[in-house]
Amino acid sequence: MFHSIEELVQLSNQLGSVSEAMIQVEMETSGQDRQVILNHMKNNLAVMKQSVDEGIAGVESVTKLTGGDAKRMDDYLNKGQTLSGPTLLKAVRNAIAVNEVNAKMGLICANPTAGSAGVVAGVLTSITETRALSLEQQLEFLFTAGAFGLVIANNASISGAAGGCQAEIGSSSAMASAALVAISGGSPDASAQAVAITLKNMMGLICDPVAGLVEVPCVKRNALGASQAYISADMALASICSVIPPDEVVAAMYKVGVQMPSSFKETAEGGLADTPTARRLEKEIFST
Amino acid sequence: MIGPSSSHTAGAARIGKVVRQIFGEQPTQVDIFLYESFAKTYRGHGTDIALVGGLLGMGPDDSRLSESLKIAHENGMEVLFVPKKEKAEHPNMVRMDVSNGTHALSVTGISIGGGNIQISELNGFKLNLTLGIPTIIIVHQDVPGMIAKVTQTLSNFGINIGTMTVTRESKGEKAIMIIEIDQPDIGNLLEEIKELDDLYSATFFK
Repeated sequence: MFHSIEELVQLSNQLGSVSEAMIQVEMETSGQDRQVILNHMKNNLAVMKQSVDEGIAGVESVTKLTGGDAKRMDDYLNKGQTLSGPTLLKAVRNAIAVNEVNAKMGLICANPTAGSAGVVAGVLTSITETRALSLEQQLEFLFTAGAFGLVIANNASISGAAGGCQAEIGSSSAMASAALVAISGGSPDASAQAVAITLKNMMGLICDPVAGLVEVPCVKRNALGASQAYISADMALASICSVIPPDEVVAAMYKVGVQMPSSFKETAEGGLADTPTARRLEKEIFST
Repeated sequence: MIGPSSSHTAGAARIGKVVRQIFGEQPTQVDIFLYESFAKTYRGHGTDIALVGGLLGMGPDDSRLSESLKIAHENGMEVLFVPKKEKAEHPNMVRMDVSNGTHALSVTGISIGGGNIQISELNGFKLNLTLGIPTIIIVHQDVPGMIAKVTQTLSNFGINIGTMTVTRESKGEKAIMIIEIDQPDIGNLLEEIKELDDLYSATFFK
């Protein structure tokens, strides 16, 4: 078992990869054999892909607050003239797709949570297309992301209500950046550096859902989180290190979450949720 | 999973389902007390439909979740939601008081993120149940010999006990045994335990 990122990196070096370390620990703690665990992850992957496809085709939430942006992004991409490039923007489009499906109460795979489900799925499906990843590599991506997510959840939090959005989309973006590094041939330590770089930039991010719904600003934050995962991964692959060690970054994120007032922790009392437009929308949605 | 938030929807559905499993049947009267973030945003997150869906036996990925309030009504389950203003031990906390006329159960659950849950109170007994380890929960009458009978049955099945907590309302009243075990496979152990006298419910979580 690993309790810190440092322990995870050590175990990964011994076993050959972060993904292998996660699978071994999962076998140990659940008592299930390897194939059962791999099959479970294959099912998660299938749900992620299906939610991406569903969102790109075009969906609309019950409240009509969100929907259709994945399709807009897809049309824009197809024109072929983007600033950020297709790999990054496909991740953005796919992340939006998943969270739009989530907002309309469709089936998604929480990773690590439902409100942040777009990032890992969006990044994975975009890099799979760009690099033509095999099924094994896609599973490696998910187990790597899961291993870092587990450490963050156990040492800090992945819940917006407990730690703000830094704990939610911050964690999912950190997980995705670590996984990108791993499947690009980076070392376990480089993955850990990517986690630190991502979390540092998300630190302090509040959770302020308009009308208490996981729609605004959640869907767009997933899109931007997916883009950050790519940049952090590239930085780590360029051998850029975090001056503050990854475990200390996670601990700092946890402390910020504890110090954050509850109005910024999924209570819909502060931030964007307390703007005049948000209050008007809230009234309109719940008066029916 | 289905629903916008893993802690507010998936976790809530899991808590509801655990309550249903410990209660042993579908309750007819349900009072749901919501605290902090649960109290403030339960309608937007679908926490209400998830808790009730869980009580009806649905899992977090059940496509009928969005219809749960209607289904509960059709099945004669009366549900009351009470958002509370008090601070709680965790920002996502719910207490559910369920009954069916003959017996009642009170459970406090917290949703810790990513759909994971903890049960922090059962009938007023403080505990910390994460349900990540195979766990047997037995609700029974506080009579002599109950613990011996249960542990003997476990021993007959070759099941090793990791930790065991036994607690009761008061002398001779209702008691609860929480037994964490090593094996995820228990065969038909529960059927045999349910044959014991003075037993209300026996549930296995893995």
